[in-house]
Amino acid sequence: MASEIVDPNSIFLAELKECAKLLADKLHGNEFDEASVLIQSMTQARDRHIFQTVGKLTRGLHNAIVNFHVDADLTKRPPQIADSDIHDASNRLGYVIELTQKAAEKTMDMVDEAAPIAANLGQEASLLRADWARLKRREMTAAEFRELYERMDGFLGQMEIGTERLNKSLQDILLEQGFQDLTGQVLKRVMGLISEVEKDLVHLVLMASQVEEITGLSEPVTDEKELEELIEKRKHEAEGPQINKARDNVVSGQDEVDDLLSSLGF
Amino acid sequence: MLARLTVNEIPVGVMEVALDKNMKILIVDDFSTMRRIIKNLLRDLGFSNTHEADDGMTALPMLKSGDFQFLVTDWNMPGMTGIDLLRAVRADGKLATLPVLMVTAEAKRDQIIEAAQAGVNGYVVKPFTAQALKEKIEKIFDRVG
Repeated sequence: MASEIVDPNSIFLAELKECAKLLADKLHGNEFDEASVLIQSMTQARDRHIFQTVGKLTRGLHNAIVNFHVDADLTKRPPQIADSDIHDASNRLGYVIELTQKAAEKTMDMVDEAAPIAANLGQEASLLRADWARLKRREMTAAEFRELYERMDGFLGQMEIGTERLNKSLQDILLEQGFQDLTGQVLKRVMGLISEVEKDLVHLVLMASQVEEITGLSEPVTDEKELEELIEKRKHEAEGPQINKARDNVVSGQDEVDDLLSSLGF
Repeated sequence: MLARLTVNEIPVGVMEVALDKNMKILIVDDFSTMRRIIKNLLRDLGFSNTHEADDGMTALPMLKSGDFQFLVTDWNMPGMTGIDLLRAVRADGKLATLPVLMVTAEAKRDQIIEAAQAGVNGYVVKPFTAQALKEKIEKIFDRVG
């Protein structure tokens, strides 16, 4: 498709200028018969050129549709899309959401499981340590020592099982991070598709502009007020997480939010 | 615990609610994982009476029928957004004074100003820390209490 980007209008316009010069000569020389033949051939050349450009545009559109593997029933109004790369891409993005959600939930499950184990072990350790200090200071009776002896045994057992479970949870959390690789691959594919779509769209717009130029159809001028309203609307539109923190209408973190709010009297 | 603010710093309309660890809190976010994170953080701060909704449309009837004392909401949600929910809350006679904390990834200055003008009591940007959430909640209820 890229080889067609050479502006075919320039060739046609050169031909047109050549003919116009010839036409003027014929008219000055009162050769009306030949002049009218020239006019006719000029109109034909113009029509042929338009047909060719429209043809290219149609073929470009067709190629774009084939490239995106759009499987659509065009007899329906509006056409029913059964399957396409875009459709596939949005399924893939859905999969990314699903995978990240599962990973987040699994990780939180592990944390929920591990947190009480760590808390219990810590609590028991600090109790034992206080008793141990009393033992060291020789403030303990023989009966209390026997009890401490038993508790220490129990604690070491708990410690063994507890740390084993903690390690297991940490391992699982680590493994769960594999979602980054899987979602990364999917996102890269979708990014590739988006740039393909953009390239093909730019190409189509270029071809359409050649048709507009030669037929004298001009692009509708966007209303300035409409544009302003659009810009104003965008300012408040929800965008989700900011990818580019350097944007000047965006805060870079909680501190800036707090500064802004306090400047507003919060 | 925290120093009292002077009278002119107390926002109007939210003075009658006091800090109460048993207060009924509604968490509104379209992502269940984020709801769970906020729920866990709130539990760590001692608040365990939490309820959940996945957008403004489901949250509003819950707020109207239940005696919630605190609303934590995201901004960007399908159905009804958090900013629209905030406006609906402020426009409702019974809910108008409910303290609202916005926890959102939306970080445009115009949006923060918009939320402030709509009557938000606190604004936390995602990703956030447990500390930031704690501070904002304390700040809201310190002024309120």
